[in-house]
Amino acid sequence: MADAIRATGLVKHYGAVKALDGVDLTVREGTVLGLLGPNGAGKTTAVRVLTTLLRPDAGQAEVAGVDVLADPRAVRSRIGLSGQYAAVDEYLTGYENLEMIGRLYHLGRKHSRVRARELLEQFDLADAGDRPTRTYSGGMRRRLDLAGALVADPPVLLLDEPTTGLDPRSRTDLWEVIRRLVARGTTVLLTTQYLEEADALADEIVVIDHGKVIARGTADQLKAQVGGERLEVTVSDPGALTPVAELMGPLGVGPPVLDEHRRSMTMPVSGGVDVLRDALDRLRAGGIKVDDAGLRRPTLDDVFLTLTGRPTDGSDSDIDEPVTAEVRS
Amino acid sequence: MSVLNMASDAGVVAKRNLIKIKRVPDLLVFTTLSPIMFVLLFAYVFGGAIDPSGGGAGYREFLIAGIFAQTVVFGATNTGAGLAEDVKKGIIDRFRSLPMSSSAVLTGRTLSDVVNNVIVLVVMSVTGLLVGWRINTSFLEALWGFVLLLVFAYAISWIMAWIGLLIPSPEVINNASFIIIFPLTFVANTFVPLGTLPGPLRVFAEWNPVSAVTQAARELFGNPDPNPNAIASQAWSLQHPQLYTLIWAVVVIAVFAPLATAQYRRAASR
Ligand SMILES: Nc1ncnc2c1ncn2[C@@H]1O[C@H](COP(=O)(O)OP(=O)(O)OP(=O)(O)O)[C@@H](O)[C@H]1O
Ligand SMILES: [Mg+2]
Repeated sequence: MADAIRATGLVKHYGAVKALDGVDLTVREGTVLGLLGPNGAGKTTAVRVLTTLLRPDAGQAEVAGVDVLADPRAVRSRIGLSGQYAAVDEYLTGYENLEMIGRLYHLGRKHSRVRARELLEQFDLADAGDRPTRTYSGGMRRRLDLAGALVADPPVLLLDEPTTGLDPRSRTDLWEVIRRLVARGTTVLLTTQYLEEADALADEIVVIDHGKVIARGTADQLKAQVGGERLEVTVSDPGALTPVAELMGPLGVGPPVLDEHRRSMTMPVSGGVDVLRDALDRLRAGGIKVDDAGLRRPTLDDVFLTLTGRPTDGSDSDIDEPVTAEVRS
Repeated sequence: MSVLNMASDAGVVAKRNLIKIKRVPDLLVFTTLSPIMFVLLFAYVFGGAIDPSGGGAGYREFLIAGIFAQTVVFGATNTGAGLAEDVKKGIIDRFRSLPMSSSAVLTGRTLSDVVNNVIVLVVMSVTGLLVGWRINTSFLEALWGFVLLLVFAYAISWIMAWIGLLIPSPEVINNASFIIIFPLTFVANTFVPLGTLPGPLRVFAEWNPVSAVTQAARELFGNPDPNPNAIASQAWSLQHPQLYTLIWAVVVIAVFAPLATAQYRRAASR
């Protein structure tokens, strides 16, 4: 199967900031690639390069078989973009926004109109379609912007954090839309902060940080890469986390990760229930009050934490030390 | 990219800009109120102060063309502010990701601003007629006077488009454009007779295209300087104000349309 997106050695510097530092990406036709990374990792920059909005300092990219740098206009007629921030005209109605996009894709007057109504229906905006988008809620604007990416039914879609700001129902609705498009052969590259989203949608996941690819593979491969099961202990008193980490340390095959907000410690282990029994014995002997303890399979959150040395919100910490996952409230 | 597509793209963008006038009635109210205010203010306050004979009527007629010129030049700043706003809101990114002609966003914008200026000129003319301004020539001459004013403003629109994309901040853009607009509209024959200006300023004023377009409009409307002792400027620009205005507009568009288009391709939302 051919590659719908192929990028090699993408570099983009902003002064001293290396937004992209040699990124390679390939997305096979008819598949979904999830681009994952903490804030400032370079996801948006990568999307902007692939959608011809930004010229990279170095590297090459081909989208839908066309060289992005050599023939940007041909690329634009084959892609649909929904940027990180909804770019809808607030004075136009939802319908007028979509009709305008259709006209600018040169779909023709009639087809543009029909398509605009179709998409309003599909994105649950039919009732609000003839209101200026100034009156839309954030999630409605977001959905309209996504509909804008689909106007020309392009073979390649690039969606930058498509579900940020959507309520749970709109989110699963959008997942359905994407799945249906992909089943018909559309290729999708989406960035996301939600690991469950990448898990649910992506055939392949690429994790970037500081402009570099730090891991790639299917969700299962990535989970396997960070090891098997996790021991998770939740205590009543967050102050007990450090002693817990000390007590549990010898049982782990990797460093324990502390999350003070959730009062929990997570650590990769091997050895199944024996380890769990051992852990509980040690906790009782140490006189530590435990709310919950158990073994679980790694989630993509663990993958992220292990690979970047920080939780998804992007706070910095050193991977060799026990990692404190500060969840910002 | 065919010429047909280019024209249709520009039309789609212009339509989008004009919808805004319809959707924000306040905008239309203020777009038309300020020209009315300008006409009344300049005609009565300045007209009375400058006119040596104290009568005012002749001077009021004389001033109208200057007010028209000044107001359409001010109107051209909308071009820059509108584009800056579009960049800021990410609309330009949306356009740039579409397979449309890259000059269409700017052509559409400058064209819709012409429509805006037509509305403004109509309102000002009506106000002018109410306060005693009269066209003392033929319909065609007067029409040509209005066309010259619009062509002139259209050229300024392209300068403003370039600035708007260079400095994509709607707040800064207003200040930045006034730095250009104020000297242009005031160091000119718009409100004061050129004879009162000291040497170097007078030379600037004589070759200032705002003076030329004002002079051209005065001639075409038949509103001469009422001061019988006024000496006509001998500068070529004011001897041939229509030609000078046209040359100036063509040169400005030829320079700034490509500059603005190049800047558009580069513009990124920040
Ligand atoms: N126009 C710009 N000027 C200067 N620096 C920039 C610019 N755009 C991006 N950067 C920097 O490049 C880096 C990557 O930014 P980018 O927007 O690609 O991150 P991201 O992965 O999309 O982050 P987020 O999850 O917050 O959206 C950041 O450090 C950012 O500060
Ligand atoms: Mg981003």
